[in-house]
Amino acid sequence: MSSGGMAKDLVANLLGREVPTEVNGRVQVPYQGIGGHRPQGRKAAPPIVSATDFPENGDKRLPSLEAALEACGLRDGMTISTHHHFRDGDLIANRTVDACARLGRRDLLWFPSAAFPCHAPMIGHLRSGVLHHIEGSMNGPLGDYCTDGHMRGMGVLRSHGGRWQAIQDGEVHVDVAVIAAPCADFTGNANGVNGLAACGSLNFSLADSLYADKVIVVTDNLVPFPAIPWQIQGCNVDHVVEVDRVGDPSRIVSGTTEITRSPDRLLIAEQVAKFVRDAGIMREGFSFQAGAGGIALPFAIYLKEMMKKAGVKARFVRGGSTKYLVEILEQGLTDYIIDGQTFDLAGVASMRDNPRHVASSPLTSYNFHSKGFFGTLVDVSVLGATEVDVDFNANVVTHSDGRLLHGIGGWQNCLFAGCTILAVPSVRDRIPVIVDRVTTLTGPGELIDVIVTERGIAINPRRLDLRDAVKASGLPIRDIRDIQREVEQICGGKPTPPRRGERPVAVVKWVDGTLIDTIWQTRSPR
Amino acid sequence: MTVRSAQAGVRGERGRSDCWVEVEPRSTGGLDLSVTTKVEAMYGDRVRATCRDVLAALGVENARVVIEDRGALDYALAARLEAAVARAGLGNGRTFLPPAGPGLQAAARRERPRRSRLYLPGNDPKLFLNAHLHGPDGIILDLEDSVAPASKDEARFLVRNALRSVDFGRSERMVRINQGERGLGDVDAVAPHNVHVLLLPKVESAEQVRAVDDRVHRAGASCLLMPIIESALGCFNALAIASASPSVVALTIGLEDYTADIGTERTREGKESLWARQVVVNAARAAGITPIDSVFSDVADTEGLRQSVLEARALGFEGKGCIHPRQVSVVHEAFAPTEAEIDRAVRIVLAFEDAERKGLGVVALGSKMIDPPVVKRALRVVDGAEALGLLPRDWRARNGTGAP
Repeated sequence: MSSGGMAKDLVANLLGREVPTEVNGRVQVPYQGIGGHRPQGRKAAPPIVSATDFPENGDKRLPSLEAALEACGLRDGMTISTHHHFRDGDLIANRTVDACARLGRRDLLWFPSAAFPCHAPMIGHLRSGVLHHIEGSMNGPLGDYCTDGHMRGMGVLRSHGGRWQAIQDGEVHVDVAVIAAPCADFTGNANGVNGLAACGSLNFSLADSLYADKVIVVTDNLVPFPAIPWQIQGCNVDHVVEVDRVGDPSRIVSGTTEITRSPDRLLIAEQVAKFVRDAGIMREGFSFQAGAGGIALPFAIYLKEMMKKAGVKARFVRGGSTKYLVEILEQGLTDYIIDGQTFDLAGVASMRDNPRHVASSPLTSYNFHSKGFFGTLVDVSVLGATEVDVDFNANVVTHSDGRLLHGIGGWQNCLFAGCTILAVPSVRDRIPVIVDRVTTLTGPGELIDVIVTERGIAINPRRLDLRDAVKASGLPIRDIRDIQREVEQICGGKPTPPRRGERPVAVVKWVDGTLIDTIWQTRSPR
Repeated sequence: MTVRSAQAGVRGERGRSDCWVEVEPRSTGGLDLSVTTKVEAMYGDRVRATCRDVLAALGVENARVVIEDRGALDYALAARLEAAVARAGLGNGRTFLPPAGPGLQAAARRERPRRSRLYLPGNDPKLFLNAHLHGPDGIILDLEDSVAPASKDEARFLVRNALRSVDFGRSERMVRINQGERGLGDVDAVAPHNVHVLLLPKVESAEQVRAVDDRVHRAGASCLLMPIIESALGCFNALAIASASPSVVALTIGLEDYTADIGTERTREGKESLWARQVVVNAARAAGITPIDSVFSDVADTEGLRQSVLEARALGFEGKGCIHPRQVSVVHEAFAPTEAEIDRAVRIVLAFEDAERKGLGVVALGSKMIDPPVVKRALRVVDGAEALGLLPRDWRARNGTGAP
């Protein structure tokens, strides 16, 4: 540390990562280890309201977003939230902050459940002062804006579960939540399964609807009361706004989900499926988590064939659903899909029509401040990472040069599965993926059990049970350092260790709200 | 050659694991090197050092050199630089050979399985590194049809450097050269770098095979040869081609060109090429070499590929070309012996070993005499089945006649 001024504000956490003691004016707790931090007291709660203050005829419509924001009493410095059900096809987050700008508001905190490239216009609002900072995933141009050190406040990255935790323990108080809905009625009941912008569930906004001071539902598909299913309930909604479009359907869900043709990704996916089979995890009544990533998707397809061949049926599959998970359900290879997020039209239709395809929210699947969550009941989850270190710690949020790359999503929360597998290539265009020390520690190695690469499979030495289970399988089990050495030889020797900048520009939260690592202003050229 | 500005490599997003190089010769002023690289944080210094080494070895002293790198390994970086330098009329025919990797020591074997041979476009380094992980019996770095005419020169540098640097594991190291004079130039460039098998395209006469064979020897190298029959004339001369040189180890067929040559189109049923395929099988067998089938070009159709391999196997072929790594395991499975074949082979091998132990000159299975070639084939089936995991390694013990 050369910057003396900053040093007194940093503290090393249990994993040896330097983290700020204060973020955006709020005192922080450094990472305390898994289960080491348990906040006390009572959960945050929205203000008491009375039904008599709301229209008896149920009609909460206002003519525009501006009118609704004004009716919510939007003031400078408030926190405003939006959600990523429409992914890169979202139109409402930008329109909301545009409306705030027209109302002359400044210094707002934008609290999205995730940001996408379509939210690049937020940079203009950060520059002009309408937004003070962002707490949520940032990538692409927004990520660069933050890593280059231009944002006034510090970015805060949280997992889907961590976002609930922050709302529930009062770390983030949402003043106004704006929930974009593919289908709603005039009193604010809303769902994501009907309408042009159908996206599946609206469950990333559920916490906001329960805890925010004011809630606005925005829809382009107003139906007569009741909008069923009511994933968001009108009793939590203050205002309803009708607009021409809430999202661009072509960028919300894909018509069909393409499977990667990358031979290496397919090879890794097949190895993961074989591991799950040969380790004895694939057995009658088991459960697995798989998303729509380049490797997770073919993994599910390979596993499905193996399940068929072995005559094994799962009790539930945790998605990220796609038509491939839907096929697993429809062919009777699982009793349920428990779906956090839907990626294609087949997934949306299945959630709408099949009672065994159940929408779940981060509240049921991941919530830290709850009496258990079902993420721990999943037998195996298959995830990605940008880097893994020899102690099995992993990075999902930054490139190896420290620039923001991804949000955390549900990644940290899924680490609590019985067996967590990271499926990663061992090298990406001369960048070794297994390193001595990850650039940004997003998940602690003690929760990461297996690394599957195209060059072999490394099992965390903590999991002797898994090592023994696959001993006779013929799978290429290798020491993680052995794979690392081979790749470094290919790439031209040990890579230069990452040089971190001196000023923290964002922090990475662990699922309990403690600081697990810091993103630093980058010094490497773009 | 006149001196001028020249480029090589691939620019932009398409150039993953590759780079783009521009060399602008100057008369004075030394070396002006400008490098931007995706791997700046980890290997930026190393990329610059490699560039300086290569330029020094090529004797380039005064030039502006611009490199846009997207994660090229040193061998690819060197190949692109050398290509740009040569195109710019610099270098005076000097070459830069990357240090020898472990692959240069991998010995060629005449007798070995050649069930799958995986084609890799010779001008695209991103597929080289991991090709062997998919387990093909052979990897072909292709200089012919998959390389655009304008890129032939740079592909030659890239393939040569890859042969020196990339570990192709246990896969047989193969290069498909071009036709005619250009192909002989390819031989000069690549043969000294431990090419196990050269594939010769569109062969129509034994002379063509011998010309390549001579050129290999003149280059001080030794390579096995696999001629590809791709025309009617080639079919009629198949036996002469298969027997043209002791270096010829296998004979194969290219059906896209063959069907064009006979004025028809390739169909799924393949009636139009049945005769040609049988000719190749028979010529190869007559010459005592291995007959190998064409490629199956629909990458998405796994079941079609499986059927096509089963058919090839029934015709007498022992191998198949692959154009995508995921085809390899399908090909191996389809060429694998069936359960009945394995059972029979096990019984023959056990009977053979029993006879040997007892010092008997004749092997018998029940009342039937077994000829030596049958025993040999049974041993091959058993070895193959073991390698594929179709037969447990301790199958002798399980059959109650434990080996000593």
